[in-house]
Amino acid sequence: MASSESVIKAHGLTKKFGSFTAVDHIDFEVYKGECVGFLGPNGAGKTTTVRMIYCFSPVTEGELTVAGMNVSTQSREIKRMVGVAPQEDNLDPDFTVIKNLQVYARYFDISKAEAAERAVELLKFFRLEEKQTKAIDELSTGMKRRLIIARALINQPQILLLDEPTTGLDPQGRHIVWDEIRNLLKQGVTIILTTHYMDEAAALCDRVLIVDNGKIIETGVPQKLIKQHVGEDVLEVPFNETILKALKEEMPNADIEIFGDQIRVFVNRHGVFESIVKKFPDVNMTIRNANLEDVFLKLTGRKLRE
Amino acid sequence: MTESNPQSFSRLPTLTHRVWTVWHRNFDVFMKTWHVNFLPSLIEPILYLLAFGFGLGTFVTNIEGVKYIQWIAPGLVAITVMYGAFFECTYGSFVRMYYQRTFDAIIATPISVEEVIAGELLWGATRATFNSAIVLAVVAAFGLISTPWFLAILPVAFFGGLLFSSLGMCFTALAPNIDFFNYPTFLLITPMFLISNTFIPLASFPSQLQTIALAVLPLTHVADLSRLLIVGKIETLGGLAPEWVMLLAVCWIAIVTLAFFVLSIYLMRRRLIK
Repeated sequence: MASSESVIKAHGLTKKFGSFTAVDHIDFEVYKGECVGFLGPNGAGKTTTVRMIYCFSPVTEGELTVAGMNVSTQSREIKRMVGVAPQEDNLDPDFTVIKNLQVYARYFDISKAEAAERAVELLKFFRLEEKQTKAIDELSTGMKRRLIIARALINQPQILLLDEPTTGLDPQGRHIVWDEIRNLLKQGVTIILTTHYMDEAAALCDRVLIVDNGKIIETGVPQKLIKQHVGEDVLEVPFNETILKALKEEMPNADIEIFGDQIRVFVNRHGVFESIVKKFPDVNMTIRNANLEDVFLKLTGRKLRE
Repeated sequence: MTESNPQSFSRLPTLTHRVWTVWHRNFDVFMKTWHVNFLPSLIEPILYLLAFGFGLGTFVTNIEGVKYIQWIAPGLVAITVMYGAFFECTYGSFVRMYYQRTFDAIIATPISVEEVIAGELLWGATRATFNSAIVLAVVAAFGLISTPWFLAILPVAFFGGLLFSSLGMCFTALAPNIDFFNYPTFLLITPMFLISNTFIPLASFPSQLQTIALAVLPLTHVADLSRLLIVGKIETLGGLAPEWVMLLAVCWIAIVTLAFFVLSIYLMRRRLIK
């Protein structure tokens, strides 16, 4: 569980590639034992931030410390205690499943006997023990992803970085990975994950940082952010002038927005849509709970406003 | 700004024992299919000795008092060193870096970019040494070794291999794609294969070409040392005494190896650290 001990601190953290600023003076802190999600569209700067945390990309400007150590000067010590599951598949295709873990353990100076033991344990935890002698090519996308996370744990890291852990997985695969992430959180591992799936962030993260164009535009607990920015319920109706007019008259204080060919009404209380639904019995209306995606779209402003 | 720019050319590479874990990774892959890996080193010299030694040897009976087949045998060892190391650190390293993203995976562990590259270079040198040992065995089986110093060819192969690995790695650091390696292969490696005192004595070429071969072509020096250690003869180039030719070759290899070793690490750092 999250404590007040801060394990990662960024202050004015900036990354530039030539004249392009990928990460633009961001400040954030991650506390021991929490799961923090970096949420944002592609190109928002999530991966770049993660790469600076594990000392892969040098910091252009600002400060970044991991467990009190500076990323620019103590990269070796930081990398020893951090586990990294990158977005792309970089498993070693020249080795079998178990050999991948053993060879990776050697990079951490873990003894052969210890590595063999940990590899077997991890394969068990990630339900891959039957695949241990298989070649990497023979694994499904979901299995590869789990093996990458297993590999990230070979050095028993205190901090785990998961860069888009479920991108490209089918629903079953996603849920297996989610279960495993929850198990790791129970064991006290601090997890930073990046994702562009709002449901994933809501399901796993204690706190989310919403990033766009290299900046953190909002941060907080998912449920609180939803209440604060969009409210409780959302009504979705296919776009229609008559209905739009009726909605505005009926609920003058509600937040009414148009997303493409759909009208969305955001309200702060439950059960306020009943009268309008009765008024238009032939129109297909959906009432649902507000979610993180609504927050995200609202904050990043990628919509047509009425 | 940060205090240390890792892409800076002013910082010398810092290497630790971790270099060997990278080397070990490649060694493990090599051993998985060692029988296939040794095949070219076994077959190629046999074919060359048959075709050139026996075939061409009936026309060119001797060079500097040595039978033609015996004269080219050390050349074959030198060529093996060049090909083994150069291809390992161009095509081999490029595949690991670009297609398999193996370097990225290793850099996320306590190993640095510099150590990854140094491990690759030492592996390239090792590969060259393994291959040349096989060729040396073939040459011995043909009865073409005439000095007791022939085993000293192995350290020469290792350092010569390190030179060609480092040279190859520089091209890998600059290669936009894998086809790019056709340029150094055909503009540098193939000319060396033919004119670096391998199949034809350097003295038979125009003097300008001799100067180029001695000044800039690494294979010339590796072939010279190889011939000294296998046949006991070294060409007296430009009127230099044999001892001086040998010393020149050793110094040339040492200096150029060090230069390319460091340069290739700098170039790879620039490519990989973003």
